[in-house]
Amino acid sequence: MAFLTDRKRATGWGAAKSGTEHFWAMKKSSVALLILIPFFVFTFGGILGSSFEEVQAYYARPFPAIVAALTLIVGFKHFNDGFQVLVEDYVHGIWEKILILGMTCISYGAAAVGVFAIAKMAL
Amino acid sequence: MPDVNRGNRPLSPFMIGQYYRPQLTSVTSILTRITGNAMIVAALMIVWWLLAASTGPEYFAYANGFVTSWFGDLVMFLSVWALWYHSLAGIRHLIWDNAMMLEIDKAEMLGWMVVIGSGVLTVFSVVVLW
Repeated sequence: MAFLTDRKRATGWGAAKSGTEHFWAMKKSSVALLILIPFFVFTFGGILGSSFEEVQAYYARPFPAIVAALTLIVGFKHFNDGFQVLVEDYVHGIWEKILILGMTCISYGAAAVGVFAIAKMAL
Repeated sequence: MPDVNRGNRPLSPFMIGQYYRPQLTSVTSILTRITGNAMIVAALMIVWWLLAASTGPEYFAYANGFVTSWFGDLVMFLSVWALWYHSLAGIRHLIWDNAMMLEIDKAEMLGWMVVIGSGVLTVFSVVVLW
């Protein structure tokens, strides 16, 4: 530590000491979703409203199953990152932490349930 | 800095209307956040529907009945619009992140493209998927 000047230790960190990773993560997931979302809308939208047997057969196919699983994983990560910014902007104190923690549980939980369901139908 | 006001300061976007007139850029910006967060309803419905589809015919009939009811249809229709709106607004942000098209006339043109484009894509989706 003694070899670094105060200026060197501060450069690049900003007032919050972090945030670049969050920004970059949202940018990556947003570009990924630009590719995934059109595929998901027209695969899921096409099978919604069909019978149980048709849905089971549809998600036994690789393309719809992989698109749906990827969209849920990347989509819920993107949602959770975005919700975190919403909370950080408007809510402060203990509720800021409770809301971010709670929505993180819901996001990862929902993504896991969705991927489990798709895997069960696909395999 | 004990004299700095750390609370009770007006927060964006709650300054719209009270301190600033609504503008195309500010309204399309807040709609990006509203659509992005509102889609959690449709997302959880889709996860539930997939879980039911992987469980069995009876549970699927129950979940599918709810998701394809008039209420489910309404949520899905609004969410398709929200999805296209949020996607186009996201492209706008990816452009702005490169310090491009930030001039007022170009920023407002992008705003209209997001509004009109999301409507066109929603109509297209409904026609294709009906």
